[in-house]
Amino acid sequence: MADSRDVVLGRIRKALADRPNPPAVSRDYERARPVGDAVALFAERVADYRAVVHRVREAALPSRIEESLRARGARKMIAPVDLPGWWRVGEVVWSLDAPAHPLPRAKLDGSDGVLTGCAVAIAETGTIVLDAGEAQGRRAVTLLPDYHLCVVREDQIVGTVPEAIALLNPAHPLTFISGPSATSDIELDRVEGVHGPRNLEVLVVG
Amino acid sequence: MSRNPVTWLGSPAFPDAARTALADTQLRGNLAHATTTIRTKRAAAVAELPDWERLRRAGEAIKDDVLSHLDVYLTRLEASVTARGGQVHWARDAAEANEIVLGLVRAAGAREVVKVKSMATAEIGLNEALEAGGVTAVETDLAELIVQLGDDRPSHILVPAIHRNRSEIRDIFRATMPHARDVSDRPADLAEAARLHLRRKFLSAKVGISGANFAVADTGSVVVVESEGNGRMCLTLPETLITVMGLEKVVPTWADLEVFLQLLPRSSTAERMNPYTSVWSGVTPGDGPQTFHLVLVDNGRTATLADRVGRQALRCIRCSACLNVCPVYERTGGQAYGSVYPGPIGAILTPQLGGGSGDPSTDALLRSLPFASSLCGACYEVCPVRIDIPEVLVHLRSRAVEAKGPYTPEAVAMAAASWVMGSPKRFHLAQRLGSLLRLVARRGRIRRLPWPGSKWTDARDAPVPAAESFSAWWARTRG
Repeated sequence: MADSRDVVLGRIRKALADRPNPPAVSRDYERARPVGDAVALFAERVADYRAVVHRVREAALPSRIEESLRARGARKMIAPVDLPGWWRVGEVVWSLDAPAHPLPRAKLDGSDGVLTGCAVAIAETGTIVLDAGEAQGRRAVTLLPDYHLCVVREDQIVGTVPEAIALLNPAHPLTFISGPSATSDIELDRVEGVHGPRNLEVLVVG
Repeated sequence: MSRNPVTWLGSPAFPDAARTALADTQLRGNLAHATTTIRTKRAAAVAELPDWERLRRAGEAIKDDVLSHLDVYLTRLEASVTARGGQVHWARDAAEANEIVLGLVRAAGAREVVKVKSMATAEIGLNEALEAGGVTAVETDLAELIVQLGDDRPSHILVPAIHRNRSEIRDIFRATMPHARDVSDRPADLAEAARLHLRRKFLSAKVGISGANFAVADTGSVVVVESEGNGRMCLTLPETLITVMGLEKVVPTWADLEVFLQLLPRSSTAERMNPYTSVWSGVTPGDGPQTFHLVLVDNGRTATLADRVGRQALRCIRCSACLNVCPVYERTGGQAYGSVYPGPIGAILTPQLGGGSGDPSTDALLRSLPFASSLCGACYEVCPVRIDIPEVLVHLRSRAVEAKGPYTPEAVAMAAASWVMGSPKRFHLAQRLGSLLRLVARRGRIRRLPWPGSKWTDARDAPVPAAESFSAWWARTRG
């Protein structure tokens, strides 16, 4: 529709015949600010969304994962193929999703959960960002299972939203996750758990 | 339920619709409860950020920059999206946008599409157009689903079913969902019913349709902000994704999102961050839809852009904070505005987007909307991009009055007032006559005046004039 394109662009140029010249954008807001203990703040803010949060030492991570899966009663777990092998523990069957061999949707949907890492985490807002990079998999992998167990390294946590935006590459598909799926559509009251994973558990590793 | 773009066809002008809405005590109770909840939460979420005012000013400035160079940023966005494997379409109006989308859905071989909540598609009446073309559009946002299943109209930008309470929603679900015959009215159970209802549709849909909260010109990245995960489903699982977006949603750079991803969630759902934000740039092999279409819609936006005062309405990021603080909206609800854009922002956006409809009853509705306000200014104070809504309301009111010509009751009254005030003698006489109105007052208020005064007292009480004018009192006591 080349002509519609020309028509719309022509209308815009005509509408701007007065050549509006707004003042330059002043970016005097705080890109970063002291947030105290960013790791503690992140853990607190994630928990505010009614997600489950544990802080663990790196050496204790496998036993923590095992305990979380046992507590959850998980038997069939999904993991992206590049998830560190030593994270795949517990008395569960692990199915690996790989770019060359993607798992069928029914398999993802019928699983008990998914274990991933993340790209960046934001302390002030309690947000985890996935960028389909290492240990995160394609988007469907963290969407269809009802339980998402996510490992966040302390050095991945930044204080503010602008700090996270600066680290992310928008050429990758990105998903910002702040707590489990929720809705405020009934009387503007927040209820956790609709279509996305209804259970989010975060392991902060230091 | 047929509708023309932006407004609902056959909607009465605001004062008539408001009268009906005000008589609905259930509606008023539901609205007062919901808006009070969200107002308190928003204030707390905003107070957490020490630089909130600076963020608002940055948001305003970025949007003003976008609007001043809209042609540049849109062509840049088109190039970025195309370079990353997406296809960009341009639509002059609602009809053309609907035609493009219907053609794309047919080309994908789909009879049913899953939809993410989107104001742009509601504005152009896409669902109805698809239905007329033999395609079923399934709304997947919980509130949109409630509206769709209840054969109802939306009444809020963020929470279209805000006018419904939990027991009304339970009744709609029981009547329309086969597996929900005995669902309770607990919000968690209602959400579970919606999950079951939509799960299979998500897994089998060939085409997803979304709007866009932002699109980055430099990188071609499109952003959708949501809560339930229905957005992620629609944006990730179908083979084909069609995104319909108003021209003004473009932002120049990736870094601009650092401002809007702070302003929007706190203003909208009053959260530090909404549960899910999805960002994609064109097509990613092996991850998500392998065909991506971006439809850029004008539909009155360029006409709005031409108005030097009114164009600031195009800064709007659809957060709905202005609805929640508006004393008029809180009492009448959104349906009285006769448009998908209700509340203060609707009162300035709808008349501009829908201008020149050519239909007399629609024009009467559009002219009435700028008067649906007490000009208290609460909307301007909460607006995250500092749209001076009262300024635009007054501007549109003057346009509406000018359009009516020189012989309206207001014009005649103003001419008479100007004649009276033109002479001290006539003015003093008028003041003495005015004092006589005290005779019809009851308990300090005048509730009903004879015509033409009834034009005023039909909608409001008049204060009682003083027994004696200031100048008469001055002359008597100090003269």
